[in-house]
Amino acid sequence: MNAAVRIENLTVAYRRHPALHHISGCFEEGSLSAIVGPNGAGKSTLLGAIMQTVPVATGRAEVAPALRASLAYLPQRMDIDRSFPLSVLEVVLLGAWREAGIFGRFSRAMHARASQALAEVGLAGFEARLIGELSAGQFQRVMFARLLLQDARLILLDEPFNAVDERTTDDLLRLVRAWHAQGRTVIAVLHDMAQVQAHFPQAVLLARELLAWGPTAGVLAADHLARARRLALGWDEAAPDCTRPEAA
Amino acid sequence: MNLLPDLYAYAIQPFVEFGFMRRALVACLALAICCGPMGTLLVLRRMSLVGDAMAHALLPGAAIGFLLAGFSLGAMTLGSFAAAMLVALASGLVARFTPQREDASFAAFYLIALAAGVMIISLRGSSVDLMHVLFGAILAVDDAALYLIGSVASVVLLVLALIYRPLIVECFDPAFLRAVNGRGGFYHLLFLALLVATLVSGFQALGTLMGVGLMMLPAVAARFWARSVGALAGVAGVLAFVSGYAGLLLSYYANLPSGPSIVLVAGAFYLVSLLGGRHDSVLAVHLRHRAHKES
Repeated sequence: MNAAVRIENLTVAYRRHPALHHISGCFEEGSLSAIVGPNGAGKSTLLGAIMQTVPVATGRAEVAPALRASLAYLPQRMDIDRSFPLSVLEVVLLGAWREAGIFGRFSRAMHARASQALAEVGLAGFEARLIGELSAGQFQRVMFARLLLQDARLILLDEPFNAVDERTTDDLLRLVRAWHAQGRTVIAVLHDMAQVQAHFPQAVLLARELLAWGPTAGVLAADHLARARRLALGWDEAAPDCTRPEAA
Repeated sequence: MNLLPDLYAYAIQPFVEFGFMRRALVACLALAICCGPMGTLLVLRRMSLVGDAMAHALLPGAAIGFLLAGFSLGAMTLGSFAAAMLVALASGLVARFTPQREDASFAAFYLIALAAGVMIISLRGSSVDLMHVLFGAILAVDDAALYLIGSVASVVLLVLALIYRPLIVECFDPAFLRAVNGRGGFYHLLFLALLVATLVSGFQALGTLMGVGLMMLPAVAARFWARSVGALAGVAGVLAFVSGYAGLLLSYYANLPSGPSIVLVAGAFYLVSLLGGRHDSVLAVHLRHRAHKES
């Protein structure tokens, strides 16, 4: 198996506050992985490092060259302005950005693909609705329709099921599993351990440092989780860049 | 019935009769066409107050131009453009390299700029000059100023059309734009440059303080009438032009200063929209509640 994303000795600090220390590991191509850990463990930061949107202090997070042009990223809910006056169709069509670019027109074929993607996420006929009128679950379905249109080989999801109703979560998880079956690489930040156990074969447990990386059953072992909780309790926000807080 | 001739005499005659009224009307049209979309994008980008801050930031540049060359169109235009861009860049840099947020540094820099501008003008000019710079003189717009306003409006519209898609996406979902395109900051900067250009051209007609009124009030009022981005920009543009037209007539008949008349008409449109607009206005919300209760 080839590496889709290789992380080497990665350290990230925000304004001299520690976020991630010395993480190393590798997401295999075609793998389906969950990133888990307590609040503030650096889960989203790890995705940000892969997207190269956070300042990396040392080390690197490298996407395989073949996948760089085929990368899709779904940010956390709060990073998207849901009141913006765009229609559902316009948002889904953005998934065709790599073909249409800044100036290109959205062809009839792209419109057809967008409608089909909407049908796949259970929102057939929602094209003309404004996104501001949608429920949180419906909006997340629209975001997944956009991902479908992007047709990416590497897909990064940041808390995709946060504040989303159970039925929507089930439907969207089905899409994630379908992507996995198609050989795409999927990396998702999640907090629901039962969900991770049930649907994600690989897992990464973070608590600012790497606690475990591998098959989910081993990573979510009780002693690992207990250690993550202990570390989270000992976090000192004023600690200098790179000292490891001592576990009690 | 002689209603029609009366209407003509009241609403059109002044513009036929006087060249300065015609030029003022054309200036309003050009400004409205470019203020509509610019104001709409400012509101959508949650930068409503940035327009105001930028308008103040023009002042020291215009003042230095005035100090060096008197009421010279070229010197004051260049000076004000440079000063406002400097303030925009400085606040952007402060936001980037210190924990201070951009709105705070914007406020700091534009206040400094405003005070410096008033100080510089009073070094040489009279308070009449100061009033002219602050509130403009749309009835004194000459051909050169009209060409400037028209050219700026054309360029702003053209560039907006070119960067429309990334600009919208950068505002709606910045992380997505970074992932597919990677240059969100560039479009933001270009947008700020367009904003400054619009304000600089508006400053010829309405002054640094009033110019921003023709941009923001119609755009905020449009939120009560339209939903999509295109419709918002269209409604805002039309409201801005009608405000300009009605404001000019008001100032002509009531012998009032033209800049504040125009902005007050735009303000009246906003208040009417707030009370009785189609979406989310006081009236619309009330009707919906009643329909809800009855059903």
